[in-house]
Formats: sequence, C-alpha cells, structure tokens
Amino acid sequence: MSIDMSQFHQVFFEECFEGLEAMESGLLTLDMGDIDSEVINTIFRGAHSIKGGSGTFGFTVVADYTHIMETLLDEMRDGRRQVTQSAVDVLLGSVDCLREMLTAIQNEQDVDEASVAKHKAALEIELNGSASATEPAPPVALAPQDEVVAADVASEVEEEVIEDVEQGWKIAFCPYLDLLKTGNDPVRLFRELNELGELTAIANVQDVPSLSEIDPEECNISWDLKVIGDIAEAEIKEIFNWVEGDCEMDIQPLAKAKPPKKAAPTPAPIPVAAVETAEPEPAEIVAETKPKVTANVKKPAPQESDNEAKTAAKASGSIRVDTDKIDALINMVGEVVITQSMLGLVGENFTMDKVSQLKRGLAQLERHTRDLQQSVMNVRMLPISFVFSRFPRLVHDISTKLDKKIVLKLVGENTEVDKAVVELINDPLVHLIRNSLDHGIEKPAERVAAGKPETGTIELKAYHRGGHIVIEIIDDGRGLNKDKLLAKAIEKGLIEENAVLTDKQIFELIFMPGFSTAEQLTDISGRGVGMDVVRRNIQSLGGNIEIISELGKGTTIAIHLPLTLAILDGQSVAVGDETYIVPLVSIIESINITEKMLNKVAGKGETFRLRNEYLPVIRMREIFNVHSGSAAKMNEGVIVVVEGQGALCGLLVDDLLGQQQVVIKSLEANYRRVEGVSGATILGDGSVALILDVPGLVRFSVR
Amino acid sequence: MASILAVDDSASMRKMVSFTLKAAGYDVEEAEDGVDALEKAQARQFDCVVTDVNMPNKDGITLIRELRALPDYKFIPMLMLTTESGIEKKQEGKAAGATGWMVKPFNPDQLLKTLLKVLG
Repeated sequence: MSIDMSQFHQVFFEECFEGLEAMESGLLTLDMGDIDSEVINTIFRGAHSIKGGSGTFGFTVVADYTHIMETLLDEMRDGRRQVTQSAVDVLLGSVDCLREMLTAIQNEQDVDEASVAKHKAALEIELNGSASATEPAPPVALAPQDEVVAADVASEVEEEVIEDVEQGWKIAFCPYLDLLKTGNDPVRLFRELNELGELTAIANVQDVPSLSEIDPEECNISWDLKVIGDIAEAEIKEIFNWVEGDCEMDIQPLAKAKPPKKAAPTPAPIPVAAVETAEPEPAEIVAETKPKVTANVKKPAPQESDNEAKTAAKASGSIRVDTDKIDALINMVGEVVITQSMLGLVGENFTMDKVSQLKRGLAQLERHTRDLQQSVMNVRMLPISFVFSRFPRLVHDISTKLDKKIVLKLVGENTEVDKAVVELINDPLVHLIRNSLDHGIEKPAERVAAGKPETGTIELKAYHRGGHIVIEIIDDGRGLNKDKLLAKAIEKGLIEENAVLTDKQIFELIFMPGFSTAEQLTDISGRGVGMDVVRRNIQSLGGNIEIISELGKGTTIAIHLPLTLAILDGQSVAVGDETYIVPLVSIIESINITEKMLNKVAGKGETFRLRNEYLPVIRMREIFNVHSGSAAKMNEGVIVVVEGQGALCGLLVDDLLGQQQVVIKSLEANYRRVEGVSGATILGDGSVALILDVPGLVRFSVR
Repeated sequence: MASILAVDDSASMRKMVSFTLKAAGYDVEEAEDGVDALEKAQARQFDCVVTDVNMPNKDGITLIRELRALPDYKFIPMLMLTTESGIEKKQEGKAAGATGWMVKPFNPDQLLKTLLKVLG
C-alpha cells in the first residue's frame, strides 16, 4: 500500500517544537539543581519521540542526532550518569540545534551542517567523557524502507540467505504452558510458515491432561513441524521471533543443500511426497517479493512533490484549539439555527399579532449572535504561556553571562490573549526582561550588602482586568534612581533644567527616544534605542505601559493590552451628522455641559472643571471639521471624559448614542493612517463610523 | 473488520498508524497514553492493541500488563512499537504480556505486514 507520509509532516513538526520546549523547560529545572527523575524522564521522552518520528518520516539527520541525546539521557535516567551542569548546558545547546535543524527542514532549506557537527561533537564529548568525537556517531537502527521488521535478525540474515539455502526444515516446537497468554497463537505461526513453504504439522498430544483436569488457557500440545521449500533459516526464526522465550524450539535442516549455486531444487533428496510441490514454491516467493520492492522504490517521488504543496500551504499558519472551545462553538451554531428556523416560522403567514413573537425571536437571535461571536473570538485566544515559556531559558542564559543569581517566577500563564497579541508582545517583553536582568537586579555581593537575599527575583505576571490583559514584570532589584534619571534627561536636553516633574513623569523619561541610563553599554541591553520602541510597539497594539519603582526595592512595569485586536466595546457618539466610536475602556464618565462650565485659558485652549481638576477640552466638531447638523446646540453638548496615556481629557460631542460591540476594520489597509483615528467600523445601517484613537487625541490636545 | 486500538503520545505517529490501518480497512480508535487507552479498551472490545512504549501518565508496558489482567484481553494480541530495539525492553514487554513488537522506524507496509501476523 502506498501512503503519502508527507501529510503527517506538519503535525510532526508541531509536535517536535512542543517537545523541544518541554525538554528545554525540563532542562532548566534540572539546572536549578533540582534532580527529579520524572523531569529527566520527560526530557528523555521528548528526545525519544523526536527520534522515533524523524526516523519514520525519513529525517535521518534529526534521527541520528537525537539518538546521541537519547543515549546520554538514558544513562542519566538509569542513574548511570551524574547530571552535571556541563551536560545540561550541552543538552540545552542541542535543543537549540535541533530546533534549527527542524526549522530548516520544515522550510525545505539546507541544514547548517557545521553547527550540527559542532553540537554533535560537544554531545559526544559529554557522552564519552573525552574528545574521541572523531569516531562516527553510532548509526541509528534505521530499518531501510523495505527491510523486514526485526532489524537485528534481518541484518544477520543477508549473508546466510545466499549460502545457507535449504530445501526444507524440521522444527520441534514445544510451547510453554503460558504461550497463549501473550496473545500469540500457534495456529497463526503455522499459517505464516505455510506461506513460506508447504507445512506439515504433527501434534503431540501425550501431555494433554484428562478432560476433567484440563485448563483451557494453557497450551499442552507440542508440534513436530516440517516445512518444505527454498527457505532461509532466518525466515523461520523471524516467524518464531516473538515466542522465543515462551517455547522450546529446535530447527534442523531437512537436508543440506548442494554448493551455493544450485540448478534446481529437485535433485536434493527430499521426501518423495514433497518433490512435486517443492518446485513451484520458490518461484512463488520470488513473484511475491518482486513487486513489493519496486513499489517501495517508487515511493519517494510522489512524496517530494507533495512536500512542495505542503510548504506552500503552511505559510497561512495554524493554531491549536482546545476541543472544549470547538464544542462551545458548535453548540452556539446549533442555537442560532434553532432561532433562525423559529423566525422562519413566524415569517411564514406573518400577521400583526405575531409581532411580540417576532421581537422575542430577534432578541434571542441577538443574544446568540453575540455568544457566537464570543465563541469564535475565543478560538483565537491562546494562553500567554506561549510567550512566557521562552523566558526561563532567556533568564538562565543571561544570568549566567552576567554572573547574577536570578529566579524567574511565572504567574498566570494560562491567561488567554488574542493570537495576534501573543505574536506581537514577545519582542517588547524580551526587551523589558533583559533590562530587568541587566540593570534591575544587582550582583549577588551588592544585594547582600543591601540586606537583600543573594538571589534576585523577577516575576512575570499576567491577569485580566476589565477588558484588558495586564502583564507585569516585577523585579526586586535596585529600582530607578530619580535623581539620576533627571540629571540624565537634563544632560541630554530632553527636559528643561528647572522642570518640575511628578514621579510618574520622571519614570516615563526612560521611554523617551535616545535615553539610556546604563553607565556602560553591554551586549545585553543599554543601546538606548529600546524603551521608546517598546512603548511604540505596545501602543500600536492599542495598549499602554507604566512604571512604578522604588529606589532599592525594585521596579514594576505594567503593560495593559486589549484582549483582542479584532473587536471592541464602543460608545457611539454623535458629532453633527457623523457618528464616532469611542472605545469603552477609555471612557471614565460622561457629563452634560453648558457654556459657562467651559473656560478659555490664554494660550492653552479650553478647559473645563471636573470636581477639583481642570481638564483640557477637545471640540470634536473642530478637530474633525464637521459642519453639518445644528450648530446651535454645540455648547449644550456632552463631555466624554476619557483617559489616555495616563492623562484625562474631555471630548465635546453633540450626543451619546449607544453602546455596541464593533468589528474593527483597518483604516490603513483600506485608506491611509489618520491621526486621532485607530480604525473604522461599519454600523448597522451600513454607514462607516471612525473609531477614535484616544491616546492619539490626548497627545494631540496636549500639543 | 478487525478493530484496533492505536496508542501513542506522539500525534504524528498516532495519526500515521491510524491512517495506515484505516486505509487498510481496519476499524481504528486512537488513544494518547496508557490511561486513555485503558479507559477506551474497557469501554469496548478491541481485536488488537498497538501501543508505543514510552508515554507519559502510563507507559506501554504497564498498559499491556494491566490489559492482560483483564478477562476480555487475556488472549488479545498486543504489539509494542518501540525505538528501543534493545533486548531488555523486549523482554520487559514480553514479561508484561506483549505478543510482539515492531521497531521504529517502520513504514506503513511493515506495519500492515506485522499486523497480519496476529490478525485475520
């Protein structure tokens, strides 16, 4: 049978990468001196599965490589080998190397052989205890495509086949009583023998007890078997391979064959009765094996062409979805279908007295659509652990490099976020964590002197708050030095010398372009191009970032991100004839306003008083140049108090319309970027409404 | 057609085994580890069990031992799929009640051929 193996490749690669991640995190736990046999087992299993799969799917390079890792890990697992720091480091290196190999194979690129050889040599040194890495890697027991199952037996066979051909065999087969309990059955063995040549089986029943004592689960019979044909001993042995320990067996040739080259099987002194049948048998075997071989040879060709198709399709990216989520989705679809058919029924022969029924149906449909939307959005949600899981390694590598002792704590890894957020948040987080490692946490000695524990802690925490996900990076390092920050900012000309700044504003200085506090640049962080990029990236995700720090105690960086990038809860507001959407999360409150509540401040525009604060006012009509509608009411509008970038501001609109979930359509993709607008949506009546970019507007108002 | 329970923690291997067997007309159910397999084997009777050895939660050898202890699986053929071709693992498997083994890597043809040894 020809089965296209390439269809399993994608699953295989995904599985490998998952396995590698599990191995990596396992190795990192080992690294902390916590030798747990279950952890070693998990790591072993990772290597083992990759080896098994790569062998099966034909990625020999990977299989060869993992074989060495497996051997090393196997010795650790059995306690024959100490788990040392150097072994863990080499294995971590191997994990990286495998990842590169698999990525290359997946993208159909060439594997970087130099790098593989380097890691392989390191592994072998670790394994052999010396640099005897010159000897070639032990070949994996890779059975060539058409070889028979038991590779170990088969390899011996090859030579014998040529020389040791016999005309038939006599086999004394005496199973132990338990043979049947392994699921083996003599009948099946005989059937196989019969396929090799003509079989005569004589059962010896003298050991069978009397009927009253018989145990039907035991095998009391032994057999004298005779199989006639041009059969190699190994072929017979292979049949009995599985019952080797469960029986006594003696295989004897019926008669020795003439020298290797024999003209025809007939001349051999075979028992008379058998002569006739002996001849056609060998021919049949040949006929049987031939097509099989050719079939196997042909296989690689279609496989390759399919590979290409596969890579092309792969670019779209895949996502793993929990079956629960899919079930919920199917459930919702069912509800919608029911409601739809109910509405259909109402619509048939509609009369006015059915209006209440219709309304009820529509209300139900609305609820179900919303639920369905939620369920679909849920499919895109991934646990943040997809991002977090990479950081233990990062912390391990960097803290070793910096000679610092640091523990990374992960909290709330199962918090779910949109797939797009998961993909885009990684780089900013890497940067922030590097900063904490490099500048935040002090060297052990410095920590001890400050009366802190020698080992520093970085906590990476994710949780939901409102419609947001919050990611916090908390370190117990030296904290930010406000005086230093101020001095630096003044020196760089970022602020005026006598500027008065709040703590918050001082901390935010580090997000300014060209600001770096590291006294000397290291290769880990401190190039001064980082933090402003981080902030920009997070803002482009619709989020914001804030810093709380206490000198000597530590720093907390909190990132707020929207849960999803595709949909938002919005408040629609009327400005003239236009409708705008204000993201609900940024609205603090909305108040009615009259002309006299507004104050003009010379040079600073308009403000209004909210309790004890004066907030800047943005007239939406002016900013978006709206002239339609009745301008008379302009001063009796509504102020929507919004927060963005930590600052409050009032948006003067004509009226509040209602709250609704809106699907975000990109303005950039369809038109171009517009300041103060983050996107657009299509309203129920088909018109387009712009979604306000509140932080952008606030920035605008400050200017 | 014979029913087979295919057990492997690696999804790609499991899919490969199951796909091959289904294509050959067998009735196949998949299980992702020993615990899952034991549950499924108790829920319905299979004619044959094909299991990986190294798995989380419950390994293949334990699975075979526990299945063998069930009256319904006393004589059912159970094959282990293993990369560990070492005699040790095979003996351990045999002692637990395995019928036979297949050494990874194998291709679909070898799998079917091996199954014919115990089925049909």
